[in-house]
Amino acid sequence: MSFINYLSREINCKIVYYGPGLCGKTTNLQYIYNKTNPEAKGKMISLATETERTLFFDFLPLALGEIRGFKTRFHLYTVPGQVFYDASRKLILKGVDGVVFVADSQIARMEANLESMENLRTNLAEQGYSLDKLPYVVQYNKRDMPSVAPVDELRALLNPTSVPDYEAIATSGEGVFETLKAIAKLVLTELKRGGAGAGPGTGTR
Amino acid sequence: MSNPQMVMYEEEFNQIQVIVDRLVREANAQVVFIIDKNGQLIAAAGDTEQIDTTSLASLTAGNIAATGGIAKLLRENEFSTQFHEGERANIHIQLVGNRVILVVIFDNKTSLGLVRLRVKKASEELNHIFEALLRKVSDPNREAPFAEITDDDIDNLFND
Ligand SMILES: Nc1nc2c(ncn2[C@@H]2O[C@H](COP(=O)(O)OP(=O)(O)OP(=O)(O)O)[C@@H](O)[C@H]2O)c(=O)[nH]1
Ligand SMILES: [Mg+2]
Repeated sequence: MSFINYLSREINCKIVYYGPGLCGKTTNLQYIYNKTNPEAKGKMISLATETERTLFFDFLPLALGEIRGFKTRFHLYTVPGQVFYDASRKLILKGVDGVVFVADSQIARMEANLESMENLRTNLAEQGYSLDKLPYVVQYNKRDMPSVAPVDELRALLNPTSVPDYEAIATSGEGVFETLKAIAKLVLTELKRGGAGAGPGTGTR
Repeated sequence: MSNPQMVMYEEEFNQIQVIVDRLVREANAQVVFIIDKNGQLIAAAGDTEQIDTTSLASLTAGNIAATGGIAKLLRENEFSTQFHEGERANIHIQLVGNRVILVVIFDNKTSLGLVRLRVKKASEELNHIFEALLRKVSDPNREAPFAEITDDDIDNLFND
């Protein structure tokens, strides 16, 4: 749920990075954090286990510049990818304006990718969102790994609706900003249209 | 159902600010924040300079979301109040109208009893303001807040 503040002239939007465990969601945010000017970012918060697996979420507030005198601010979140953290994933999805699905390109992770995508659809639907109506992009990460599936195959499997998709190596930053820009653009375009992904009402539940 | 955007206008913001300013004084608190359930900071008062308000907003919203999740598991209504006592700072978190979160940070210059009392009054007032704000936002005749921006405006944002 974007937040438009006419007083401070700010638009705030929430973007969630989703995907299976170890696919590189946190690494995407870390790269963005490291490459962003200090004045354009806030502190990155990582609620993680001792082994650096995301436990609840990573959070990175980012300012992307101004549109017609409105500052655009994006709150980037990652979910914990491990299957048993499903309850936390549902919470992080609340109020989402745009989703990046980070897939792990390794052949061995194909089932995990599919399971996570299914889980994303289910969790969104539970809150009255439809992935097909939400600003949404796909990233095929870990392209540098030895046994990766060809992009065409990944596309057929994980991107049947042909949303914008990007190859990436999050550790070196390849594709990371392309992915971010694509989702930010979709979110702003949706905002301009006056919609918010056919999300649920603001009413209490 | 129109879009579920949260929008803040000057009129309502001023009303909210009056309440949080007063709450700081009357509760003798250090800082007061209002945060929406998605972690966006809406208003703040008091000695905010020492605090990373953006981080605080996101973590508090995460905290409320997590306890809300626990409440659901227990088939309990949302726990609307939380209190954490530290050595120097204490934090009182109140869910207002299940929509926004009122956070009061205070030290031993005041008491939990006083904070609770003042929070209760402020919550009721805030609830009315946010209800009115939501009615305004969901008015179908309201123009799309961002309709005037163009695709070029959006493209330009990303031309480094
Ligand atoms: N070779 C390679 N390693 C990567 C790439 N992206 C991430 N990694 C590594 O993969 C591991 C897991 O990355 P994370 O970013 O923590 O994964 P995550 O998706 O946040 O995992 P969870 O928090 O458990 O959901 C780390 O050791 C990263 O350095 C990549 O593109 N190539
Ligand atoms: Mg992670």
